[in-house]
Amino acid sequence: MGHLPMIIPRVPVQHRRLLPDRRLSGPTPWVIAILMMLTLLAAAAGIGLARAANNIGDAIAGRVTVQIVTANPVTRAEQAAALTRRAGAAPYVRGARQVGQDELLATLGQWLGSAGGDDPVLRSLPLPALVDVDFVGGERAGQLAQLRALVAEVAPGARVIPHAEWLGPVARLIRSLAWVAGALVLLMTLASAAVVIMTARAALGTHYATIEMLHLIGATDRQITRLFQRRIAIDTAYGIALGSVVAAAIMLLIGWQWSGVTSGLAATASLGAAGWLLLLALPLLAIALAALTARLTLLAALKKIL
Amino acid sequence: MVEFDRVGLRYGPDAEVLADISFNLQPGSFYFLTGPSGAGKTSLLKMLYLAQRPSRGLVRLFGEDLVSMPRHRLPGFRRRIGVVFQDFRLIPHLSARDNIALPLRIAGVSEEDLAGPVGEMLSWIGLDDRAHAFPPTLSGGEQQRVAIARAVIARPQLLVADEPTGNVDPEMAMRLLGLFEALNRLGTTVVVATHDIHLISRIDNAQMMRLEKGRLADPTGALRYPPANRV
Repeated sequence: MGHLPMIIPRVPVQHRRLLPDRRLSGPTPWVIAILMMLTLLAAAAGIGLARAANNIGDAIAGRVTVQIVTANPVTRAEQAAALTRRAGAAPYVRGARQVGQDELLATLGQWLGSAGGDDPVLRSLPLPALVDVDFVGGERAGQLAQLRALVAEVAPGARVIPHAEWLGPVARLIRSLAWVAGALVLLMTLASAAVVIMTARAALGTHYATIEMLHLIGATDRQITRLFQRRIAIDTAYGIALGSVVAAAIMLLIGWQWSGVTSGLAATASLGAAGWLLLLALPLLAIALAALTARLTLLAALKKIL
Repeated sequence: MVEFDRVGLRYGPDAEVLADISFNLQPGSFYFLTGPSGAGKTSLLKMLYLAQRPSRGLVRLFGEDLVSMPRHRLPGFRRRIGVVFQDFRLIPHLSARDNIALPLRIAGVSEEDLAGPVGEMLSWIGLDDRAHAFPPTLSGGEQQRVAIARAVIARPQLLVADEPTGNVDPEMAMRLLGLFEALNRLGTTVVVATHDIHLISRIDNAQMMRLEKGRLADPTGALRYPPANRV
């Protein structure tokens, strides 16, 4: 609150009357409201996508699946059991789990049209044995090399499939979208600043005669700037408040609908406490930016007058 | 109080609108600035009330060189100068009272402290009953009186008036001149630019400065070297 007078300067009531009271009559508050709403929605999308990308990245970065395709089912089962046991004991592995036959059949059943795992056709398929291995945090490449060596020893011919290989592109796409959203936030911030600059210049043009008279009777640039800065900051604050309320309503609506999505990648998207805090801070930062932009524009313009 | 020494002024690349202007204004004196239209009267006044810096020459005001003075120091000097314009230049959305109070408010005088002087000023110009009227509802003479009151309320040391009687009838012109004379008797140096030759003859001891084609006619040298400065 200590910085509030710098953003919306205190100006005596009698001085405020130097500018005619035409609050919200111009387009500025409305344009700022639209830009603020779009900025907040883009920021929310960016934060959600970035968090989703990070969640996916965390989930896939440390997991590999070993696919044992040995033809003899008894040998295959022995190799899977041995790999699960030895990998689970390795210091670089947090956990190793053999994917059960029923789990495999259930997954396949979804694709092949069989409702249950007791389909004889499904059971007759020569399915590989799968072992999921989760690494502990650390140097991934070295851990992967050690696992490959272990697999080559326990189950020659088995394939090691890092999840990052097939889910990585999706995570990269989501991360790219998050960057695009971030760029949109930046562009709209610049557009908002441009609107404030134009507003400040238009205000100076409209009230040039008053400014000239104020100069002649000894007003300082600081006095004149405070007068206009206050007016522009308040007008902008109205716009920012309006845009924020509309954006909050849209986010709550989307959030309510999103809460029904519980599967797949969509479930990984959320704003988190830090995200909500950032979104709450954005309108305040926008008001401060508008006031600073107005102040600098006004001071620069006044310096051109003697 | 005011010293111009070989002052020249040009706007952009054009020829000088004022050339080799030299004079020395004495404290408490009354000056009329005359000359045909386009002679440069308004340009000269602009330099006097610090709305324009000269292109060359020396300008000293209240003992300080204004040519090289940094811009941030100018407001302090402007508060010691009152300006009256032919077109009044009142702020239309402020009442007569608020227009008059403006210089004191800008100088940081509290509302309590300015109430008395503003009331006295309204009485002095005979507009007590129009204190809350807005300029568009005032007659030309009333507006000019408000403009004069605004110019003098902070008790300036120098009062500059650019054709102050140009938009009022002869009777009102004489009343306005009476206000200037009263202020001059209180010690304010007054410079009035006018075309009205009858006005000039009404003030005793007033000196005349005549501009022609951007040059100051001073055949006797009295403006440059006033009697008080002569050894």
